[in-house]
Amino acid sequence: MTPERTNTYRSGPDEHGRFGIFGGRFVAETLMPLILDLEKHYEHAKTDPSFAAQMEDLWTHYVGRPSPLYFAERLTEHCGGAKIYLKRDELNHTGAHKINNVLGQILLAMRMGKKRIIAETGAGQHGVATATVCARFGLECVVFMGATDVERQKPNVFRMRLLGAKVVPVTAGRGTLKDAMNEALRDWVTNVENTFYCIGTVAGPHPYPAMVRDFQSIIGQEARAQMLEREGRLPDTLVACIGGGSNAMGLFHPFLDDREVRIIGVEAGGHGVDERMEHAASLTGGRPGVLHGNRTYLLQDADGQIIEGHSISAGLDYPGIGPEHSWLHDIGRVEYVYATDREALDAFQTCCRLEGIIPALEPSHALAHVLKIAPDLPKDHLLVMNMCGRGDKDIFTVADALGEEISA
Amino acid sequence: MTTERIDAAFAKTKSEDRPAFIAYIMGGDPDLESSLRLMKGLPGAGVDIIELGQAFTDPMADGPAIQLAGQRALEAGATLARTLEMVRRFREEEQQTPIILMGYYNPIYAMGVDAFLARAVEVGIDGLIVVDLPPEEDDELCIPAAKAGLSFIRLATPTTDDARMPSVLANTSGFVYYVSITGVTGSASANAQAVAPAVERLRKASGLPVCVGFGVKSPENAAEIGRVADGVVVGSAIVGKMAECGDVDETLRYVQLLCEGAHRARVSAE
Repeated sequence: MTPERTNTYRSGPDEHGRFGIFGGRFVAETLMPLILDLEKHYEHAKTDPSFAAQMEDLWTHYVGRPSPLYFAERLTEHCGGAKIYLKRDELNHTGAHKINNVLGQILLAMRMGKKRIIAETGAGQHGVATATVCARFGLECVVFMGATDVERQKPNVFRMRLLGAKVVPVTAGRGTLKDAMNEALRDWVTNVENTFYCIGTVAGPHPYPAMVRDFQSIIGQEARAQMLEREGRLPDTLVACIGGGSNAMGLFHPFLDDREVRIIGVEAGGHGVDERMEHAASLTGGRPGVLHGNRTYLLQDADGQIIEGHSISAGLDYPGIGPEHSWLHDIGRVEYVYATDREALDAFQTCCRLEGIIPALEPSHALAHVLKIAPDLPKDHLLVMNMCGRGDKDIFTVADALGEEISA
Repeated sequence: MTTERIDAAFAKTKSEDRPAFIAYIMGGDPDLESSLRLMKGLPGAGVDIIELGQAFTDPMADGPAIQLAGQRALEAGATLARTLEMVRRFREEEQQTPIILMGYYNPIYAMGVDAFLARAVEVGIDGLIVVDLPPEEDDELCIPAAKAGLSFIRLATPTTDDARMPSVLANTSGFVYYVSITGVTGSASANAQAVAPAVERLRKASGLPVCVGFGVKSPENAAEIGRVADGVVVGSAIVGKMAECGDVDETLRYVQLLCEGAHRARVSAE
């Protein structure tokens, strides 16, 4: 074992795909050769200027990057403390940060000669992003979605179909995101020759957690440059919500070695983090285990059976979390907290009324925490929150929670 | 390392010039007592080696039949500790038939690798198949299991190329399990013609018996595969039969038909 390097938090994973004890390649033998091949292609693409140029071009002209770093003046006044900036990744094409990663993976898939793309989706955002990019490049796209989620997220299901994707409802298990991921892995095992699995978050077997992080790191790189330009210095605090943790990893990673920057990840606290397990806070309420190709913190019972998370936000409702987050949690570089359904709903409404921005329920969790801490911070404290998705998809859920009836 | 029971089973089938028949059942499906009764009946039905499934909420390598069996078992209260207890009770009466525990890593990790291995040896398990532990993760369980005296049986697949073969076969013992299809358990049918060269390649490289599973669905299919392999594994078909009829004795009669199919393999080939 090599001792933990203390001069940087950004060198992981090691050659075994580990961040400390987390990560790894816990997959069936059938998939191992593919994963090794993917790693080889990714390592090559990473250093190929033509790959970077292609990404850059699509980010600028197709996605609309860079996303603005917006000073939320009225939220700041409302809190009366820290200066609150929002990194506006909800303004991306398809309305969330998901497309940053999807573009990278699809370009890689094409370099590998794969013609069929599969993806899992919970709320449907990753599915929509994948279907979008597949349409753009004329690739076959199959999206696995839990049957329960298909029912809950009809508009996104229809969007994916409009974009030419096939949506496969998964009835195995309880029909939610983790079951969709199981089914995607089963499809991949079956169609190894021609299929590329486009994972939507910083989880799964190595190299996915590192690869997805790298593609999402554009968020933090931009935020860093924008803040330096705007305020002449780095932010004091970063806040992002965490389901699997890709938007958070994307914002955090470029700042990990700036030790003066306080970094906070906000998990979904559902109905509260207690023994009822009606939450999706893997770090706060789970323990290390192995699922979906990696070792990480998981919601599980004493027997190691996985427990379904609960969150009002379908995008945070996953019983695991990216392995790099588990490592950053254990070494204490990043603080992980949670916000409940109720707190997220309140923050959602506050943001609508004060900023004219309808946030997704996922970043509403991050905002809920910002509203908790900002009032006690000094007025020159610079806080950046990742507004990683817009809330159009959530209006039915919110109406329902507020006891209002609107027709779909 | 003690692979006595496994070695003895293959010595016997070899001397009888027939393939070994390996039956997979899900521990605790539909409930602990029925499952134990089914397990106890397997040797009498002609089963040479028992693969006992450990239920897991997220069986990523399994098709619908075994997924549903796992769900039924979990709903009926199956846990890893109870599956191990099932083996202990089986061994009170039967000491010859090798038992291979097959499942996923997380329940074992949750119990703790050392505690699990000690208990597995104590109750009389002979080998382990853990689907989500490829050779790259051998330090986790494979090497500790070998030290504890358990065989760690590796899955080789159609995607295992020559470059990977040595690492797949390193640290393995007992027998090699060839996954006959790219896919999940119980999906496409195994094709003996396609399987034969792979079995031969594995046999040469490992010096171990090679058993074939994942797509063996009927007595005829078992016979066909039994001609080219040292052993035939049937899982989904048995588990599916149990789900369909809900009767232990009827399931055992079906297992007997499968065994007879496999055992006839070499005879009908001549």
